[in-house]
Amino acid sequence: MHDASIASGLRPAAEGFHPALVGGAIGLNAGPTGEADMLGSEPKIEARGVNFYYGTKRALKDINIAFRQRRVTAIIGPSGCGKSTFIRLLNRMHELVPGTRLEGEILLDGLDILSPACDAAGLRKRVGMVFQKPNPFPKTIFENIAYGLEVNGVRDRAYIAGKVEDSLKKAALWNEVKDRLKDSALGLSGGQQQRLCIARCLAVSPEVILFDEPCASLDPISTGKIEELILELKREYTIVIVTHNMQQAARVSDRTAFFLMGDLIEEGATERLFKAPRDKRTEDYITGRFG
Amino acid sequence: MSGTAMELSAAAAGPAAVSLPPARYGRALVQKLGFAALGACMAANILFLGTILFFIARRGLPAISWEFLTQAPRDAMTAGGVAPAILGTFYLTLGAMLFALPLGASCAVYLTEYSPKGWVVNLLRVSVNNLAGVPSVVFGLFGLTVFVKYCGFGVSILAGSLTLGILALPVIISASQEALVAVPQSVREASLALGATQWETIRKVVLPAALPGMLTGVILSVGRVAGETAPILFTAAAFYVKGYPKSPFSEVMALPYHIYALMTEGTHPEEQTRIAYGASLLLLALVLSVSMAAIWIRQRQRKTYHA
Repeated sequence: MHDASIASGLRPAAEGFHPALVGGAIGLNAGPTGEADMLGSEPKIEARGVNFYYGTKRALKDINIAFRQRRVTAIIGPSGCGKSTFIRLLNRMHELVPGTRLEGEILLDGLDILSPACDAAGLRKRVGMVFQKPNPFPKTIFENIAYGLEVNGVRDRAYIAGKVEDSLKKAALWNEVKDRLKDSALGLSGGQQQRLCIARCLAVSPEVILFDEPCASLDPISTGKIEELILELKREYTIVIVTHNMQQAARVSDRTAFFLMGDLIEEGATERLFKAPRDKRTEDYITGRFG
Repeated sequence: MSGTAMELSAAAAGPAAVSLPPARYGRALVQKLGFAALGACMAANILFLGTILFFIARRGLPAISWEFLTQAPRDAMTAGGVAPAILGTFYLTLGAMLFALPLGASCAVYLTEYSPKGWVVNLLRVSVNNLAGVPSVVFGLFGLTVFVKYCGFGVSILAGSLTLGILALPVIISASQEALVAVPQSVREASLALGATQWETIRKVVLPAALPGMLTGVILSVGRVAGETAPILFTAAAFYVKGYPKSPFSEVMALPYHIYALMTEGTHPEEQTRIAYGASLLLLALVLSVSMAAIWIRQRQRKTYHA
């Protein structure tokens, strides 16, 4: 890969456990059932004993969860349950909000991203994010995609042009915009803008993509396109998606985690979680008794 | 829904009861009066503006000629042109902008993007806003003490430019701050999430997006700087200087001060008044054309950055 060698400065976690042990950590989250799906893939990114505070308010309580390679994990829960707060920890976007505090460990390939030796910008190149509202830059379509490459030090114009085309194709947007790459990205429809944001994220070759309610402001047709895209992308990337929409979680995810008031109530294979929730609160939520 | 409800109630009460909401002429009248009042205020504004332009133009136009624009004053200010004053105003304004623009824009970027939020920043903001309220003659005295005397620049273009620059700073800072705050946080997040540093985000995303708004601050301050008299009274301006300014340390003539001098000094009030109106019209035209240029640049920027 042209630019994968971003010096992220990752160091082993404070306890100094060996990365090879991370595979064994499956037992931590597998629960008593040992669902078959659990064994299919290594954890790519993992939270251990995470507590998060806004000032003195504890927004997340002792979260332990692992996200597996080339799987889609959906995080569901009512408004204010901490799901968006949580996903923003995974690429340290929470640092933009002053007055917050994070305890615990977040491991990417077994290395603690919260370590002072880990550079946030380098981390975010590896762990990309697509936001709730499409947020293209007020630049041309081409510049939007090229931006991430440029800030990561790519100067080769031909490589950038190729990567722009490649990313737009992967985001299923190329055919719609190939004749107007020099037009402002703000002239695209909401759904196209969101796919542009996905393409922009793909251009820097991330390993993990975090989707924070990516369809919240989109119509059903655009939503359908984004969902198809997510299913396509999981062949290459580890995906975490926060969603309000339980049907969406059921459609796109392999695993689902249910958050409630800052607690991770239950996590498991999506089909099992929706068909046979183990916790009464999960059942109440997915059957629409609250939230 | 409401259609069904209406039909139901109509059916229940018989055809006679089918009714539309009754017209309320009182309410409509109040609205009409309200808009009429707003329109009248608007018209009054345009009237004032139009009157100013009309009188200045009527009394100033006869004085304007090729000679007026290109010659120095002759015969104890009763004949000739105002060319040195035009040039002086141009130098002073340019100098003030060269000084205030980078400083003000950087200050605004620091305050909105970097500085930790808290009482220090709030204090700084309040100070900047208060600076905008300081009477311009006070800036003039400050310039005299600091630039003319302490720094030893003398009464000169340099001292006048710096004084005018400080006068323009608060306007540039607050306009820039507003423009920066108006750039959505989501765009900054998008940049950071791609692995850009905060510095790259500011330079490549935030500043380009805020530029049109920042130009507004420049427009406003150019108009104010070019037209100010008091700050240059003690720091730069002279009633009459032979020839054109040779260096940044020269004394200069400037249009606003020239107008003031023509109306208060000299022995031929009639000719001098004529020339003063001519110079006023010129100053007005100068300021307006600078604003037009800035607006044009801003529009072009907008076209690039918005759909």
